[in-house]
Amino acid sequence: MNAIQTLRDARPDRVVAGGLGHELRATAMVWRREMIRFRHDRTRMVAMLLQPLLFLFVMGTGLAGVVDTGGGLDFRTFLFPGVLAMSVLFSAAFAGISLVWDREFGFLREMLVAPVSKSAIILGKCLGGATTATLQTLVLLALAGVVGVPYDPLLLLTLLALLFVGALMLTALGVLISARIKQMQAAMPATQLIITPMMFLSGALFPMAGLPDWLAVLTKINPLTYVVQPMRSAVFAHLELPPAARAAFDPAITWGGWVVPGGVQVLVALACTGLIVAAGVALFNRTD
Amino acid sequence: MTGRHAVHVRGLEKAYGDVRAVKGIDLDVAEGEMFGFLGPNGAGKTTAIKILCTIADATAGSATVAGHDVQTQRADVRRRIGVVFQEPTVDTYLTAEQNLRFHGELYGMPRRLLAERIDEVLEMVGLADRRHTEVLKFSGGMKRRLEIGRGLLHAPEVLFLDEPTIGLDPQTRASIWTYIAELRRRQDITIFVTTHYMDEAEHCDRIAIMNDGEIVVADTPEALKNRVGADRVSIRTSDDAVAIERLRERFGLDAAVHDGMVTVKVPGGAQFVPRLFAELGLAIETVTVTRPSLDDVFMAYTGRTIADTEQAGGASAMLRAMAARR
Repeated sequence: MNAIQTLRDARPDRVVAGGLGHELRATAMVWRREMIRFRHDRTRMVAMLLQPLLFLFVMGTGLAGVVDTGGGLDFRTFLFPGVLAMSVLFSAAFAGISLVWDREFGFLREMLVAPVSKSAIILGKCLGGATTATLQTLVLLALAGVVGVPYDPLLLLTLLALLFVGALMLTALGVLISARIKQMQAAMPATQLIITPMMFLSGALFPMAGLPDWLAVLTKINPLTYVVQPMRSAVFAHLELPPAARAAFDPAITWGGWVVPGGVQVLVALACTGLIVAAGVALFNRTD
Repeated sequence: MTGRHAVHVRGLEKAYGDVRAVKGIDLDVAEGEMFGFLGPNGAGKTTAIKILCTIADATAGSATVAGHDVQTQRADVRRRIGVVFQEPTVDTYLTAEQNLRFHGELYGMPRRLLAERIDEVLEMVGLADRRHTEVLKFSGGMKRRLEIGRGLLHAPEVLFLDEPTIGLDPQTRASIWTYIAELRRRQDITIFVTTHYMDEAEHCDRIAIMNDGEIVVADTPEALKNRVGADRVSIRTSDDAVAIERLRERFGLDAAVHDGMVTVKVPGGAQFVPRLFAELGLAIETVTVTRPSLDDVFMAYTGRTIADTEQAGGASAMLRAMAARR
């Protein structure tokens, strides 16, 4: 057998790379694995769509009769970016805590004993989860026209990009949770416990104008707010609306009187995501 | 490279709080050797292997694997070792090939070499025709073979196999060992294997018996058995009473009847048989020579059988074993 010969020629000193290129390949491979697994999970994908559809068409339609939008604004148009964010939120967080399964079924160990940094692996996991979660919202995004959101390519791309940022944040949060919680039975409720308030406090489902102080403060310290609000502003920028409706349903975020520009909001979201990823990497101590 | 130790361990210790799982062990494994760690569940074998594979930190002592320090040169060690863990670590949603590709990418293997190696490894472990099958559809033995193949993909100098046959049926266990022996014959590689099956330890060049965090003794299986001493020779004769008497008179041996056979303990049992035939002066119908097993060796050094030791661990050891198998 010439396998022996090749084996000798293939000895590690010559075979194994190192450095940044190697780390990136590892990240890319972990990402690809998420994609491959995603294809197996069509049922979950469909199931995950049901909840946002109910929010959009059942709750949205029900509330449309009682919410006074001042005319010219369909309440469901207002709700649309929020529901998109909500749907990405849950799929992303669950993609993140799939690391608990990876641990339970042993595959995490295969990843952690490889000669690459843990950061490369965690990053691949976060990017993979964020990508699959974002892909899942495409079906929902396709319904934009039904609720009065124009099919403007630039708008759709902006929404997708923002959804990806939100997805990355939530996947990272899921990873962070699974660094500490090692059983799925515990990780699921813990995730719900964290992301449900995040969702409610992001203004995904109600306008942020005229909130009582305590609620206003909570929404401002919620990193998810800085994903949802830029999405809504992007949608509203493509709508013809009376100024009053705009002020009531897409109010500016202010920090002590300073109006936070959209770009800064996105930066806040990215910075929070970065921090969460870093915390996740730090928590995965090497004895895991 | 020859003459260097593939594994070199001094005073290695690992404590979890007050519990000392590994209590300062010394160990040398030569290059190309097949070395076995034998001991009951909970003896500290897996903990020791985890330290050698750089996925756990030692509390004290030092260890080098393939010439690199497991604490300070982690990445260098990892590149040079292959690890097959006790519990399965393949992704069952991926195909056999995808699992191997994942591994090769994480180990930074050049793409062309990786493609070649994947072909070779699949051929080697007899899964070439199943390369595009999802691992979900594999039997336990096939999964194990895939894992062993994967551990070899990046051409490691040392292959660690932690309980490679745990949870497999006897037939599959046997075939895995045939496969490991074959691998050993064909490749220039050091194999470090742990097992709590006595019979499996016999495949090794050298064995260290581990019990309660310590290495009780380390030697070749043959030497260990010799140290335990005598073989058991059992004969069936035309007249057992006369046989017993003559064994005492002519050979100075204390014989007794066990299970209808006259049995004596004698060192070098096989060499003793011709003398027995020549000098007993009785018709011998059957003769059986039993070498001491590693079970006897374990018993001689620890005072208990492996099975007893495991039972003493009680429910917790069993739960651990079950958890490991899942």
